[in-house]
Amino acid sequence: MKHKTLYEKLWDAHVVADLGADEALLYIDRHIVHEVSSPQSFVSMRKAGRRLRRPETHLAVADHAIPTRQRDAIDDPQAAAQIAELEANVAEFSVPYATLSGPEQGIVHVIGPETGFTLPGTTVVCGDSHTTTHGAFGALAFGIGASEQTTVMAAQALRQTKARTMKVELVGTRHPLTFAKDIALALIAKIGANGAVGHAVEYVGPAVSAMTMAERMTLCNMTIEAGSRIGLVAPDEITFAFIKGRRLAPKAELFDAACAYWRTLPSDAGAQYDKVVTLDLAQIAPQVSWGTSPNQTLPVTARLPDPAHIADLSERREAEKALAYMGLAPGAPLLGTPVSHVFIGSCTNGRIEDLRAAAAIALDRKVAPGIKAIVVPGSAATRAAAQAEGLDRIFTAAGFEWRFAGCSMCVAMNDDRLAPGDRCASTSNRNFEGRQGAGGRTHLMSPAMAAAAAIAGHIADAREYVA
Amino acid sequence: MTGFTTVTGPAAAMPEENIDTDIIFPARFLLLTAREGLGKHAFHDRRYHADGTEVAGYVLNTDPFRSPPVIVAGANFGSGSSREQAVWALHGRGVRAVIAPALGEIFNNNCLRNGVIPIILPPETVAQLLGHAAAGTAFTVDLEAQTVTVAGHPPIPFAIPPERRLALLNGWDETDLVLARYADDITAFENTQRQTQPWLYA
Repeated sequence: MKHKTLYEKLWDAHVVADLGADEALLYIDRHIVHEVSSPQSFVSMRKAGRRLRRPETHLAVADHAIPTRQRDAIDDPQAAAQIAELEANVAEFSVPYATLSGPEQGIVHVIGPETGFTLPGTTVVCGDSHTTTHGAFGALAFGIGASEQTTVMAAQALRQTKARTMKVELVGTRHPLTFAKDIALALIAKIGANGAVGHAVEYVGPAVSAMTMAERMTLCNMTIEAGSRIGLVAPDEITFAFIKGRRLAPKAELFDAACAYWRTLPSDAGAQYDKVVTLDLAQIAPQVSWGTSPNQTLPVTARLPDPAHIADLSERREAEKALAYMGLAPGAPLLGTPVSHVFIGSCTNGRIEDLRAAAAIALDRKVAPGIKAIVVPGSAATRAAAQAEGLDRIFTAAGFEWRFAGCSMCVAMNDDRLAPGDRCASTSNRNFEGRQGAGGRTHLMSPAMAAAAAIAGHIADAREYVA
Repeated sequence: MTGFTTVTGPAAAMPEENIDTDIIFPARFLLLTAREGLGKHAFHDRRYHADGTEVAGYVLNTDPFRSPPVIVAGANFGSGSSREQAVWALHGRGVRAVIAPALGEIFNNNCLRNGVIPIILPPETVAQLLGHAAAGTAFTVDLEAQTVTVAGHPPIPFAIPPERRLALLNGWDETDLVLARYADDITAFENTQRQTQPWLYA
């Protein structure tokens, strides 16, 4: 029998019909719905007079456009209308909904795992590109568009093209202040923002096996920034321990039966991948993006590129354009670049482990004068857990704002946004032009690095801020 | 959706890599819940200064490229966010085909759902097409023949998966198609899965 990769096993287990030419109709087990990408999907359902095929396989929440300063009122009338539309849709179509003020509200990719909605061996889709996150559980999870959401709602199935496979091997021992975020950024810098297009990426190696679920989620989350819709980590005992007891997780004998199945999912020894990339973690310093694409990333100790010394014409043009947008001088050191804002949060780095890493740097220190620094937990449950540990007090004592859960300044759809020329040390996932507000400048980094930047008032090396 | 046959006209040259869907359709316009009328927001922050005046010289502010039927772009066009609004906005401006060496995967799928033809060609070919596009030479995209032709040059073949091509040519809706053809297969799949993975049905 052919040795199969995790991806191939997940694919094969969901083929409803083989459509030839590497396409198949795949069964979709789980769909997460948010207020921004779903309105048009529900309109299509209503127009066609259709009901959801299995409403219980969907989970809705508002995360993108909501305010994070308070939860009492939504001041932006457009955002208020969008959330009201979601609430009307979930009522009309009987979709389970995590209410805005309830204990399960949060970013789609944080609450899926937290509620036990995300399970190994399932297909998980959402109208959001960072659905890659759920691959950390050994789920075949990918972002889709609104039209595809309609098909999932009506048919519970989706035409997909089979991806090639890429193995990313993490070898070597990392520095304690080198995090999954640094590894992800270093990988993207190495293979490029489209380096994984057309591939399902699987992360392997002892460093991956030793990672918490939060770090695995960060790795898989950032996979879309390398151009791939699918990032995967094989499920193991750490995965099962995370899932056990969560509200929507299988219980008792069903949990044991599920674990028995999940244990068959890891790639077979001898399975072949179309591409293999190896990263030596011992060589990876804390990373900072300097440009407007996530592959424009360097170790914090590096100097910015000088386009005059870049031979490749296209790469030179990209560097010139990025430096100009970012307002940075060629060849200058990254360390010491002044920032005006710090954002800690997002589906990439808004989990309790991320907040702990940032709080460890912030403890007994002060945010530099003039810096606006906000901490936005990824979910209400994360917020509550952080408060139970006293992390909120560490942050507020240092001068950070402590917010309610949401996407916030990662996508800048609410009032958390940069003004033109503002420069932000951010734990989010995209440094695209205008991503955090038109004309805003984003430097991607880990939560520890962002906290260090808040304290220093400029890009700093978190390794020098160990208590 | 109406069927796609051919489209002919000028092609806007965007010789830049990683033109992501945030550039194509900035997030703040995602608060609009309609899918019609989004064309005016396409490439908003590239087309307009902060004071609302047009950015002179930007390709989409230059005749005859204001509502181009074709865009030729650098690698990774449409990368990033899954927002289908990016495709609705392009379609709203009249764009019916996008040519690049690589496209964002979700964007690619969104194009196929909305009558915009995603055409992936080798980088050398795209580099030549960028030159023709900048010169204002007319492009013809023929989905039936699966060719791109620049006036005065031999046709260049491209590929779209057969079933998707058929759906585009006929303007079929994918949801209708899946339900009409595969409803029994989906039910059969569920019946089996309910037995083998009962926890997904608990």
